[in-house]
Amino acid sequence: MIEAAALRKRFGAIEAVREVSFRALDGEITGLLGPNGAGKSTTLRMLYGVLTPDGGSARIDGLDIRGETSSARSRLGVLPHAAGLYGNLSARENIEYFAALHRIDRGRLALRIEELAAALGMQSFIGRRVKGCSQGQRIKVALARALIHDPQNLVLDEPTNGLDVMAIRNLRDILRDLKAQGRCVLFSSHVMQEVAALCDRVVIIGRGSVLADGSPESIRETSGARSLEEAFLKVLGEPEGLN
Amino acid sequence: MGALLRVFRKEFLENSRDRRTLFSALLLGPLLGPLLFGVMVSRMLDQSVAESDAPLAIEISGGEHAPHLLSFLRSQGALCREVHESAQSALAAVRRAEAAVVLIVPDDYAPRFSRAAPAPLLLIADSSDSEARKSAERLRALLAGYASGIAEARLRARGVDPLLGVPVAVQDIDAATPAGRSVAVLGFMTYFVLFAVLMGGLYLAIDTTAGERERGSLEALLSLPVARGALIGGKMLATSAYMCASLAIALGAFVCVLRLVPLERLGMSPDVGVRTALEFFAICLPFVPLGAVAMMLVASFARSYREAQTYLTSVLLVPTLPIAFASIYSLKTRSSLMLIPSLSQHLLMTSILKDQPIAPLDVAVSAGSALALAAVLFVATARHWRRESMLG
Repeated sequence: MIEAAALRKRFGAIEAVREVSFRALDGEITGLLGPNGAGKSTTLRMLYGVLTPDGGSARIDGLDIRGETSSARSRLGVLPHAAGLYGNLSARENIEYFAALHRIDRGRLALRIEELAAALGMQSFIGRRVKGCSQGQRIKVALARALIHDPQNLVLDEPTNGLDVMAIRNLRDILRDLKAQGRCVLFSSHVMQEVAALCDRVVIIGRGSVLADGSPESIRETSGARSLEEAFLKVLGEPEGLN
Repeated sequence: MGALLRVFRKEFLENSRDRRTLFSALLLGPLLGPLLFGVMVSRMLDQSVAESDAPLAIEISGGEHAPHLLSFLRSQGALCREVHESAQSALAAVRRAEAAVVLIVPDDYAPRFSRAAPAPLLLIADSSDSEARKSAERLRALLAGYASGIAEARLRARGVDPLLGVPVAVQDIDAATPAGRSVAVLGFMTYFVLFAVLMGGLYLAIDTTAGERERGSLEALLSLPVARGALIGGKMLATSAYMCASLAIALGAFVCVLRLVPLERLGMSPDVGVRTALEFFAICLPFVPLGAVAMMLVASFARSYREAQTYLTSVLLVPTLPIAFASIYSLKTRSSLMLIPSLSQHLLMTSILKDQPIAPLDVAVSAGSALALAAVLFVATARHWRRESMLG
């Protein structure tokens, strides 16, 4: 479970995140939806511990993420905005590096990588240097890297950026599998259709605050809109920035 | 500790696959100095040989007034070309570089000479031209020899013992050893050694900090349960490993070049062999982690790889400052100077080249201050890495 409690963050004069609170539950896919600049990335960064909140707390399975070696971090897998892989290393080496930093036993590691490669469809490029991989392949490597330590929770920041249709469908299937395994999946997006198709729960963020929080259907009903798209636009109060 | 080693392994491995890093760390950085040095010293040798073996060539105007002088100069191997110039036109010719040295014998030379009065001669040369200056000096030496011969003869002819004119006989004894003299030439070698050390780690320092941020991989790394100190430490260790390799290659190259260049012809014989190279390595070793963390700290402030490159090329100049300072002020090794990194390494290496003994205390202070400063910069880097600006 991922929990944001009254998170606040200010950058100079700009209040990027104001009192954001929500929960992402196990066995569910939660979407963080909002236009560019709404504070999604900042919120996620506080949740996975690379930014320190000015106020509030971020908890993973009840453990505070703060502290460089917090055990909360072992329970979380992260796929940040720029996947950030090492081009000169192979897909396998990229995964092994993070596995080593998670202190995963090397004996079990090879087997685990094989399992992940099979689950994500990576066998054909697992030994290839990342700089020779396509964007879709890279996302898979980044995902494997985020999952190598078998975390209960997974956070993805705009994971479908730059992916083609096939790759997006692929990713969706993978996320559904992870949900079926009982994990907690939280991802951010500014693409409404994606969120509507995949999420059990949606948190709409605009101008640094939570504007709506619930299942796609309940949000539609509450806003009195005829379609989900309308509901989202109404909640946000501005048409720009949404696909 | 384990995390630190894992970070080290990955950074070391990853950069071993990067051609640019390998080129600058293992070729350009360490070999630039020795090659430059070899070329420069060979040039110097060729020049000085040319100067001492080549005959002195001068132009002489009014030689008909001083036939005895002219035949003396020619008998000493000087090539005298007879011309007809006034002082002004000769000066103009020298300024136009048409002539190097012109000796003008005025009309009143002969009458004054035969009266045993000082006979005037005009020696025209451009002192800002080093070759002309050397030729002028040689001519002056020949003229002095001629004059003292005539003076001796005149005194004897008047029944005076010429030695009465030599009240004090000074004998110069040069205390410099051949090794010591070589420092004049090898002095800048110390800069190139330190340059090699920094070049060895420059690209790694950038790649592991600004490069990591630019690629976006830093964020994922910072979300892991790993202490910042372990991340920085591992990157520092990898950078230091390449810097040590570069240092070793640079020292090896210097030893080879010095074996090939016959410095004995300049009256120098630096005793730079494997043992000296090992001593240099030991002296420079504490400078390695300092250079690594300093470059990493500076690169951590850069927004991009390019920006980091710009900042760090200035950092390459930093070790020159103490060395330039030392040359200008002719600093001798003093214990207090051992506190200044790069300067202390320079002074210790120079002492070894001069075959002078080094105090163990000096070595300890030099190493200690470099490592202490490295520790301070490490803490500063770790603090910077906890700031938001690191994420870019």
